[in-house]
Amino acid sequence: MAEEEPPGGPPAPKPEGVEAAKVPAKPAADAVKPAPKPAAAPPPPKPPATMAATLWESDLATEIKQRFGNQVRETSTYLGQNFVVVSPDSVISVLEHLKLEADFDYLVDLTLVDWPKRAERFDLIYILYSFARNERLRIKTPIADGYKPESAVSVHLTANWLEREAFDMFGVEFEGHPDMRRILLPDEWQGHPLRKDYGILQQDNRWVQENLGIESGQ
Amino acid sequence: MPDSTFLDSTELVLNMGPQHPSTHGVLRVILKLDGEKVLGTECVLGYLHRGVEKIAENRTYAQFNPYVDRMDYVAAISNGLGYCLAIEKLLNVEAPPRAQAIRVILTELNRIASHLLWLGTHALDIGAITPVFYCLREREEALKIFEKYCGARLTTHAFRIGGLLYETYEGFEQEIRDFCDMFIPKVDEYEELLTNNRIWVGRLKDVGILNAEECKEYGVTGPVLRAAGVKWDLRKAQPYSGYENYDFEIPIRENGDTYDRYIVRMEEMRQSVRIMRQAVEKIPAGPIMGKVGKVIKPPVGEAYVSIEAPKGELGYYVVSDGSTQPYRCRVRPPSFINLQALDRMIRGGLIADVVAVIGTLDIVLGEVDR
Repeated sequence: MAEEEPPGGPPAPKPEGVEAAKVPAKPAADAVKPAPKPAAAPPPPKPPATMAATLWESDLATEIKQRFGNQVRETSTYLGQNFVVVSPDSVISVLEHLKLEADFDYLVDLTLVDWPKRAERFDLIYILYSFARNERLRIKTPIADGYKPESAVSVHLTANWLEREAFDMFGVEFEGHPDMRRILLPDEWQGHPLRKDYGILQQDNRWVQENLGIESGQ
Repeated sequence: MPDSTFLDSTELVLNMGPQHPSTHGVLRVILKLDGEKVLGTECVLGYLHRGVEKIAENRTYAQFNPYVDRMDYVAAISNGLGYCLAIEKLLNVEAPPRAQAIRVILTELNRIASHLLWLGTHALDIGAITPVFYCLREREEALKIFEKYCGARLTTHAFRIGGLLYETYEGFEQEIRDFCDMFIPKVDEYEELLTNNRIWVGRLKDVGILNAEECKEYGVTGPVLRAAGVKWDLRKAQPYSGYENYDFEIPIRENGDTYDRYIVRMEEMRQSVRIMRQAVEKIPAGPIMGKVGKVIKPPVGEAYVSIEAPKGELGYYVVSDGSTQPYRCRVRPPSFINLQALDRMIRGGLIADVVAVIGTLDIVLGEVDR
């Protein structure tokens, strides 16, 4: 794999000089090499198996903790980005509270991350932004496979299509969503591609055969 | 014969697209009409879905870099910048100042190229044939600079994680200056053709209004939000890649209609030139590649990084499990989220305005469907 080499014949006579200066540093074995020495500076040698997040302390974090008590599992910060982990049944009230009381009025994105080996298989993530504070905040909630989280459409209209996409890609249904259908894939498609157990070459062969007339289904 | 004829019917369902020149790609909109009035719409998406986020999980960080160009393919450089910044954030490195300045120049040039394509096609949709020729003529000059810089015109793969692969070519600065000098009079020329044109004003004024509250509700960003009077641009709000060093204005308008969005984008092109002029005069000397290894292996963690793409906020939410491949790479596409407001914008309007409103949202279907 290595790095990309300059493709074809791009112009730029100068790069040669810059590249040449670097080349002598990596003579011999260019196939398999140990991890690069000058990698990321701050995180020391073997990075931990979990995210090296630290406790997020601020007025807002304390306020959220006070307001929602033990529903809030974690308030952390990593690389200067804050996130709050809450229990799945309180996430909508947290979003509502943040919108009304803390000006987090813009739902930037809603997405999921699949962790198949975990008991609570998915992380449901809401990325929020506040125009007034110029601040971002992520709300995370771990949910089990088959759990139907409450829809956020009543709080943020943006969630409509985002939740449809989440359902399409991960098969997580949102309770109370006005129109819980697939959005990017055809309605009859079987399977949810962004689940980790869905292969990269996998397809709904029957759908492809029936609708596109491709015999092999690929 | 039945008693009722089609003349008695009040509602008509009309299918527009996916193969329709005014949907700017393969967008299908189902319209419910009462005469000329639009009662409601529904978008059918996914004709261009390639599973980009799934591909990301099966490629190394560096290998995925060219794929992002294929989302918003008229602003590939912005896509690449967002992706590189996200991975750099995970690695906790920064591109060297020289690389940052060159990135800014190319990204702004790409913003101009993207806005030019929007202007040309938008005018074409409305019925003005001439601007598209002019716009593509100037866009060509921008594409030539991309080609000379990295060998590609559209899907450029211009940036690398940690900085740049290519140094600028001989005469790069001068060509940027020449472009800036040439371009400003051209913008005036477009404005002369359109801004006070009676047909243009008549077709755009008070069409597809989206006010600031609705923009925030729908998560709509970019020129659409600014035309509604919200002075918000990520280049100012949360500067990246050294944008804090440049002096520029955020153009805003009040009404949030199609005409205001046109004015905002025209002014943005001028501001982009302003940024390029400043950047090109002080490209610092030094290396163009930061300290990232040959094998990119960010520590376990996650980061969300977003930039002001020509269409709005383009974000990457990347989760690393400490391996050489992203565990999850979510793209927050401005086109997809802006398109959701389409129904709100044209409900109650006229069918002829549908085309104007789709054009003014400036969507790219490669990014909507990913």
